[in-house]
Amino acid sequence: MRVVFKTSYDKDIDLHPDWWDRGKIAALLVLMALLPFLVGEYYLAEATNTLIWALAGMGLMVLVGHSGQVSLGHAAFMAIGAYVDAGLMTAGVPWIIAFPLAGLAAGCFGALVAIPAVRMSGIYLAIATLALFVIVEEMIIILEPLTGGVGGMFAPSIMLFGIDFDRYASLSNFYWLVLVVVSLVTWAYANLLRSPTGRSFLAVRDSEVSARALGINVTRTKAVVFGLSCGVTGLAGALMGHFISFFNYELFSIFISINLLLVVTIGGLGFIQGAFFGAILITAVPQMIAILRDGLNATVGIDLGSVPGLDTLIFAVILVGFIIYEPTGLYGRWLKMRAYVQLFPLARRDMFRRQKTYLKTERMR
Amino acid sequence: MSLLQVTDLAVHFGGVKAVDGVSFDVEEGEVFSIIGPNGAGKSTIFNLISRLYEPTRGSILFNGEELSNRPAHAVADLGIARTFQNIELFDHSTVLDNLLMGRHGHRATNWVQDLLFLPKVRTEERAHRQKVEEVMEFLELEAYRDKMIAGLPYGVRKVVEIGRALAMGPKLILLDEPASGLSVEESQDVAFWIEDMRRDMGLSVLMVEHDMRLVTQVSDRVLAVANGRSLALGSAAEVQNDPEVQAAYLGSDSFLAAEEGVA
Repeated sequence: MRVVFKTSYDKDIDLHPDWWDRGKIAALLVLMALLPFLVGEYYLAEATNTLIWALAGMGLMVLVGHSGQVSLGHAAFMAIGAYVDAGLMTAGVPWIIAFPLAGLAAGCFGALVAIPAVRMSGIYLAIATLALFVIVEEMIIILEPLTGGVGGMFAPSIMLFGIDFDRYASLSNFYWLVLVVVSLVTWAYANLLRSPTGRSFLAVRDSEVSARALGINVTRTKAVVFGLSCGVTGLAGALMGHFISFFNYELFSIFISINLLLVVTIGGLGFIQGAFFGAILITAVPQMIAILRDGLNATVGIDLGSVPGLDTLIFAVILVGFIIYEPTGLYGRWLKMRAYVQLFPLARRDMFRRQKTYLKTERMR
Repeated sequence: MSLLQVTDLAVHFGGVKAVDGVSFDVEEGEVFSIIGPNGAGKSTIFNLISRLYEPTRGSILFNGEELSNRPAHAVADLGIARTFQNIELFDHSTVLDNLLMGRHGHRATNWVQDLLFLPKVRTEERAHRQKVEEVMEFLELEAYRDKMIAGLPYGVRKVVEIGRALAMGPKLILLDEPASGLSVEESQDVAFWIEDMRRDMGLSVLMVEHDMRLVTQVSDRVLAVANGRSLALGSAAEVQNDPEVQAAYLGSDSFLAAEEGVA
């Protein structure tokens, strides 16, 4: 087992304590950058989709995983991002300006949600955000001159410095663009978690009372959390719009919100890596089901294509399974497996047993 | 002028007069204890000072500044730190992070700078870490630095909470039952730390505590409260020998009669 010897405070402040960890991240980045040369069009498109989901997942992760708020309305913020981005580009604004503005618009709108969120929590906040989602959905239909209403709208292809980033004409370029955006957001997210702002999110999640006693302005913190979360989700929505090319309000349905919650809970609440693990699962499982279904049809002759709701059923089973058996999610499971290998043969079965604590009942609200 | 001046403080929850006209003041560099039977309103006084409750009447002056005009999160800026009776730590963070959260009031960067992790953020982080390490050394918490709170024993958590309050660099520290649930050795440690806080750090301490040994050992003055009213104020010995205080703890005919009179 490798032990990191800490010789200065900077070892704790740095994102990665030594060259081994930095090397691993660099290797992963190189692999991701070379992906267009390694796999075909189909899998590259899937990888792009996964990265976009991971981006949206990171948006929700900071909210659910790190500050303990909940939102069923995040599809609305994806929609806002997509429509603002596509709308501005249709009006002739270049992507490099329209894209950040789309995130900003979604973020500002999200920060407004913090106003009710200060007074509500748990299921009430979930219902409030759900209501917000319905309002946004209706607004998209009503604002037909801007959004194309039920008919939908077309996301213009991205041109940057004379290079074409169109999703169909040059998928590799679009993939690299998404990879750059995702990498930058991941880096900023990791920075957040090692800074006072990130710690104040954790403080608000674990005990609002003592957060106040430490001088943390809970209202402002929640506004920042919602703003950042919705802004990043808006960016993901804008990319999703470009990825789908032609979309209407139905793309950003309530199921997107629920899938996003699946991404963060199954991936592992409270870990950046969890958003990626969850995104891989959420994009890979439907494809695997499709492949299996085709395989069954071709070999055994059982046609499951006529069974409606099969994907949903399998997702539901996976979710229930995770909540019962592995509440820390895929990333939590990964950590446990890694610890087992690192400590082999000294790992004990009860090492990760969850402890019951009886101290919480008397806590102040 | 006293550091903390509490005048005619009262809070009523419907018909319950949890605190009903309590006055006291804490001098600079003083250890001031509040004692009283369960439900006397001791913790409520703390919650009024840290602005978790809105007082029905009365005033709290800190360094001559009225606290009632400030929101709860702005109390810490003045230099008032506190601990909680039922430990309010951030369970899923390490001891180090918990203590660093205590430095929040001293942050000089905003969230945009934090997102980009500008060099200034790093410089600030180093300074916070320095301060936190000093607190850890003082409370001998080094062994637990990178441990999660959720896995720590009760006694250690109590100390971590004191550490978090000290990391804030306060002028006045409110300790809500620092020795409850601690062993004799551990509460002896707490007594030494309170002495050191006063002597070496120049802190004023306002403490709620049931352990009379600890109270007698460290307190300059003691205030006894019962049913939201103050009974006696003076040295630990004086208060302990006060007949009204004894009646409040042990019960007596006259006290019960007075209780019924109130009701």
